[in-house]
Amino acid sequence: MEQKTKVNAENGQQELVITREFDLPVELVFQAFTEPELIEQWMGTKVLKMENRKHGGWQFETKDANGNVVFKANGVIHDYQPNEKITRTFQMENAPFDVQLEFLEFEKITGDTSKLKMQIVYRSVSLRDQMLKLPFAQGINMAHNRLQEVLKKLVVKQ
Amino acid sequence: MNLRRDVFQAIADPTRRAILLLVATQSMSAGAIAANFDTARPTVSKHLQILTECELLEYEQSGREIYYHLNAAKMKEIADFIEPFRKSWDDRFNKLENLMKKYKPKK
Repeated sequence: MEQKTKVNAENGQQELVITREFDLPVELVFQAFTEPELIEQWMGTKVLKMENRKHGGWQFETKDANGNVVFKANGVIHDYQPNEKITRTFQMENAPFDVQLEFLEFEKITGDTSKLKMQIVYRSVSLRDQMLKLPFAQGINMAHNRLQEVLKKLVVKQ
Repeated sequence: MNLRRDVFQAIADPTRRAILLLVATQSMSAGAIAANFDTARPTVSKHLQILTECELLEYEQSGREIYYHLNAAKMKEIADFIEPFRKSWDDRFNKLENLMKKYKPKK
């Protein structure tokens, strides 16, 4: 089956490109990226600020069940063309990762299908590779944490 | 993040990569693996421990010896290390698509 979301990360480059085709009109995809109530639902984060204009800024924050902030990110919007293009920066707060530059291009395919191209440029090749490996490393850590929990329970029983 | 458990950290070391190659086709005892290296036996044991912690190696106790073999599934995951990244965006975009398919403009 053809994958709907593709990631192209060439060796030795400090950028990557994510492409996705949607069974949605381009206007709806663009709306999902710009309306705070919609962003909150599919990104799973709270939107503190979203100024959809050139020179505008944005801020996201995610808290866990106990109210602790687990994710905080912000950036500024450099270019904003409705249903066509958003150029913005992205930086995670309290994380050792430098700011990244994102070019989001929205393209109409037919009346009810569209395509998104996200080009993300990182400060260095190693930072890009680190960001690519992040979900993988988290997966491994989670597996280890689960294993540790199981082991702890076993120790308690003895 | 515990670096020792970082699988990429694990395969960055040339001795550990050599160990993975040794056990790729057959189970080998710790002693037989160590015999292939000039380094001290405890050093090789440490490498085996790290590779086992990362789940790149699996082992079986047989009598007094421990036999190590490659965990092929884990190696395949490394070959596909971009996949979790792609999957995380795919999940997010699937949510977006489902959300907007049900979305009724407030006009």
